[in-house]
Amino acid sequence: MSNHVSTYNPQSRFAKWFDERLPIMRLVHDSFVDFPTPRNLNYLWTFGGILSFCLVAQILTGVMLAMHYQPSAEGAFNSIEHIRRDVNFGWMIRNFHAVGASMFFVAVYIHIFRGLYYGSYKAPREILWILGVLIFLAMMATAFMGYALPWGQMSFWGVTVITNLFSSLDGIIPGFGTAIVEWLWGGYSVSGTTLNRFFSLHYLLPFVITGLVILHVWALHVAGQNNPTGIELQHKSDSVPMAPYAVMKDAVGMFAFLIVFAWFVFFLPDYLGHADNYIEANPLVTPPHIVPEWYFLPFYAILRAIPSKLGGVIAMFGSILVLFFVSWLDTSRVRSTKYRPIYRWFFWLFLFSCLALGYLGAKPAEGVYVFWARVFTAYYFAHFLIVMPIVGLIETPSKMPRSITESVLGPGGGGAGTPAGAAAAPEKR
Amino acid sequence: MVPYQRGRRSFVKLSMSKRVSRTAGPSPFDLHVSHQCKTPADGNGRNEEAHLAAEIEDPNRRDVLVLAANAFAAVGAASLIWPFVQQMNPDAGAKALASTEIDLTPVKEGQAITVMWRGKPVFIRNRTKDEVAAAAKTPVTELPDPEVDAKRVKAGKENWLVMVGICTHLGCVPKGQTMADSKGDFGGWFCPCHGSHYDTSGRIRKGPAPRNLEVPPYEFVSDTKIKIG
Amino acid sequence: MFMTKSSLRAVLGAVTLALLQPLPAEAAGGDHISIAKQPWSFAGFSGQYDKEQLQRGFRVYRDVCKACHGMKRIAFRNLVQPGGPEFDEEAVKALAASWDNKITDGPNEKGKMFERPAKLSDPILGPHKNEAEARDTFNGALPPDLSIIVKARTVEPTAPWYTHIFLMARDILTGYQEAGADYLYALLMGYKDPPAGVTLGDGMSYNAAFPGHQIAMVQPIQTEGSVDYSKDDSGKAMANYAGPKMSMEQNARDVTAFLAWAADPSLNDRKRIGWQAMLYLLVTTFLLYLAKKRIWARVKH
Repeated sequence: MSNHVSTYNPQSRFAKWFDERLPIMRLVHDSFVDFPTPRNLNYLWTFGGILSFCLVAQILTGVMLAMHYQPSAEGAFNSIEHIRRDVNFGWMIRNFHAVGASMFFVAVYIHIFRGLYYGSYKAPREILWILGVLIFLAMMATAFMGYALPWGQMSFWGVTVITNLFSSLDGIIPGFGTAIVEWLWGGYSVSGTTLNRFFSLHYLLPFVITGLVILHVWALHVAGQNNPTGIELQHKSDSVPMAPYAVMKDAVGMFAFLIVFAWFVFFLPDYLGHADNYIEANPLVTPPHIVPEWYFLPFYAILRAIPSKLGGVIAMFGSILVLFFVSWLDTSRVRSTKYRPIYRWFFWLFLFSCLALGYLGAKPAEGVYVFWARVFTAYYFAHFLIVMPIVGLIETPSKMPRSITESVLGPGGGGAGTPAGAAAAPEKR
Repeated sequence: MVPYQRGRRSFVKLSMSKRVSRTAGPSPFDLHVSHQCKTPADGNGRNEEAHLAAEIEDPNRRDVLVLAANAFAAVGAASLIWPFVQQMNPDAGAKALASTEIDLTPVKEGQAITVMWRGKPVFIRNRTKDEVAAAAKTPVTELPDPEVDAKRVKAGKENWLVMVGICTHLGCVPKGQTMADSKGDFGGWFCPCHGSHYDTSGRIRKGPAPRNLEVPPYEFVSDTKIKIG
Repeated sequence: MFMTKSSLRAVLGAVTLALLQPLPAEAAGGDHISIAKQPWSFAGFSGQYDKEQLQRGFRVYRDVCKACHGMKRIAFRNLVQPGGPEFDEEAVKALAASWDNKITDGPNEKGKMFERPAKLSDPILGPHKNEAEARDTFNGALPPDLSIIVKARTVEPTAPWYTHIFLMARDILTGYQEAGADYLYALLMGYKDPPAGVTLGDGMSYNAAFPGHQIAMVQPIQTEGSVDYSKDDSGKAMANYAGPKMSMEQNARDVTAFLAWAADPSLNDRKRIGWQAMLYLLVTTFLLYLAKKRIWARVKH
C-alpha cells in the first residue's frame, strides 16, 4: 500500500539502542521533521505553532504566578499587587500572563477564521475541527476563571453575571437554575470559596487543553495539513519536509507575532484590561458598565441581543455549539473559499458581523445598539444554518488548479490547465 | 529486529500511512520512485518534481545566515530563564525585613530571649560573669570548631551573646533558652534531636554537629539596642 | 443568486438607515465629559518618570492628600528605590519615624496591641484605621486609598463611534497608557462653581471631570496652589531654589505624576527592558526572515 516508511536513521549506537526501546525520537522525526508539508502554505498557517507557543507560555508564566498568588477573598488582590511591586520581575511575568491570554485569543481567532476560509473543517478533517472547537471552549472557560483571580471589581462582577446565566434554567425547571448557581458558587453569593475553586480549575484546565491539543495534532497528522488551494497532496512535488522549510517559516511567523506580544507586555500592559479591575472586589457596589474581556464581546453581544433571559443564554451557547456542525453544514464540493465566488462575499460578511458584534458587546445594551446586535446575531446564525448549506449547493466553483504544484508554478509549470473541477475535486465521494 | 519493527509502527506512523492511502497517489516521501503520471501534461510536473527532489535535499541549512538566525532565536529563549529563575528569590518585601532592631533593656543578667530574624530564631543571652569567664578560659585547641569567645561577641559587650538558634547539624532549635530547659553538659545549649552539646559561647563541644552556632551580622546601635542583619 | 443579492441589498439598506440614526448617549444623564491629554514625562512608549517631579509630588501628597488618604500599598522603602522619587534613605527613615499615622503592632508581652512609629518596611498609612472609621469621619463618603488610583481610573471615549478604530490604532501605536493620570489631573483642576440650575447635595462640590459632577471631596489644591516648593518643611525660603513655582496646575501635575508612579512603580524598568526586547525581536525576526528566504530560495511556493 504505501512505500512510505520512516526515514529516521539513528546515528549513534545509543540512539539505536534507545530507539528500539522507546521510539520517541523517531516519532518526533517523522511527525515534525520529515512530515510532508504542503509547499504553498501561507503565513496564516504559522498560527498553529504560535498557539502551541502561547499555551506553553501561559502554563509557564501561570505556574510562576501561582508561586506568589493567594486564592482567597482577603489575599487575592493584595497578592497580585505584591507580584506587581515586590516579586523579582513579577510585573513582567504578570504582564506576560495577562497579555498572553489576549494574544492567545488573537491567535486562536485568526486560526479559526483561517480554517473557515480554506475549508479546513471539511472531510477528512471533521474530528480535527471538532477537537479544535473543544479546545476553544476549554480556553474560554480557562480565561474566564483566570480573569476572576485578581479579584478586582470586574473579576467579581464578571463572575457574578456569568454564573448567574445558569439561573435562567429556572425557566425550565423552577429551582434547578438556582441550585446549579449555588453549587457553582459554593454559597449563596460569589465569595472567596468561589474564587478558591476557580483557581483550582484554572490551574487544571490548561492541562486538559494540552491533552486536547495533542489529540488535535494527532488528528492533523492523520489527515495531513490543508492548504490554500484545499487540494490534497498528490505528488511528491506538492510537499516539502516540515524541517527546515515549514519550521523556519513558523519561526518567522512566531517572532513577528512576538513583536506585537512584547509591544503590549512592555508598553501597553493594561490596554486590554479594565481600569475597574484595579479596584478591589466590593460585593456592595456594581461598576457602571460590566464588560467582559474583549475576546468574549461577540458572544456577550449575542447574549444581550435576545430579549428573553433563557433565550439569550441558549443563543450564546448555541453560537459556539453551531461550530461543531460546520463540517456537515457546508455542502460545497471544494474546500477553499478562494475558488468559491459567491461564498467568498458571505465569508467576509460573517467576519464583519463578528467584529461588529464585538464592538456592540462593549456598548450598553440600549437603543440602536440592540437593534444592530440583533441584526448581526441573526446573520451569525444565518451564515451557518442558511448560507453554508444553500450556497454550497447553488454555487459553481471557479477554475481550480489540478494540483498544489500547478497552483504554485502555474499551468505551464505543473501541467497544462484542464477544466476546473474535472480532475481536482478535492473530495472524492 | 522485532523491537525495531514495533518502534516503527508508532501511532503517527500508522496514521500517516492511512493518510497516504487516502490521497490515492504515490507517497510524497519517496525520492526514488518516479510518479506514474496519467496525463501528458504532467510531463512538466515530473520534471519539476525531479528538480524539487534534488533541491529539497539541500535547503541551505548550513548557511551562515540561517545559523545566525537560529542562534539569535536560541539566545532570546535562553535569556528568558533569568527572570523566570529570579522570581523565586527573596522578593523586595522580604529583603526589607532582612534587618531588625531589638531593645535589650528587659533582658536581665542570666536571662535569654529569642527573637525572629529572616524567619529564623535568634538567641540573645545576657551571660553571667561566670559564664563569660568559663567561655573565655576554655582551651580553644580542644574544640571541634576552634574559635575564641572574644571573636563571637562585641568588645566591651562580652556579656551579650547573639546567635542564630539553629543547630548546625540538621537544623533543629536547641534547648537552653529558658530556666527549665536542659542546657547540656557545658551549661550552654543542648539539641535534643541528635544530642549536640554547646557551651556558654555557643560552641559545639560534644555530639554530631560540625560547627559552632552561627553568629549573625549585628551591631550595637546604642548601648541597649542591637540591629541584626 | 437572486435571493442572496436581494438579502445583501436589504442589509445594506438597513445599515444606511441605522447610520443616520443618532446614537444613544453613553453616560447616564447624557453628558460627555471630555478629558484632555496631558504631556506627562512618563507618557508613551519611551517616557520615564521625572525624579524631581515625583519628589515634589510626594510633598503635595504629604502636605495635602495625606490628611484624608492613605497609600497602604506603598512602603516607605519604595520612596528610596530606583525608578521612584529616590529620596535619600536616611531622610526617609526620619520621615517614617515622624509619620503621624502610626503603625499598629502587637500583641506585646502583655497581649495588648500597641502603636509604634513606622519603619522603612512599613506602609504609608492615612489617618483612618479602617473603612468604617473613614466613612464615619466623612459623613459616609470614603476617601479611597491612593496607591493604585491612577490605574483604577480611566477616560471613557467621547469621540464619534466611527473614529474609535482609528483612535484605538493611534493609542496602540503610541503606547498611550495615561488615561488615569489625565483623568486625575482633570479632576484636581475640575472644581468649578456649579452652573445655573444645578443644586448640589449637602457637603458636595461641583467638579467638571467627576462622573455626575457632584463630588464629596472638597477642592484639595487651592486655586493659587497649596504647596510652595521654594520653601523647606519649616517654611523657610530655600537659597538658590530654581525649581517650578507654586501654582494649582503645578501642584496637581506633580501629585498626579507621583500617584502614577505609586500605581506603576516598575514603569522605568518596564520600558527600558521593553526596548531591549523590541530591538532583539526586530533583529531576530528580520534574520529569521532572511534565513527563511534562503532556505526556500530554490523552492517556488
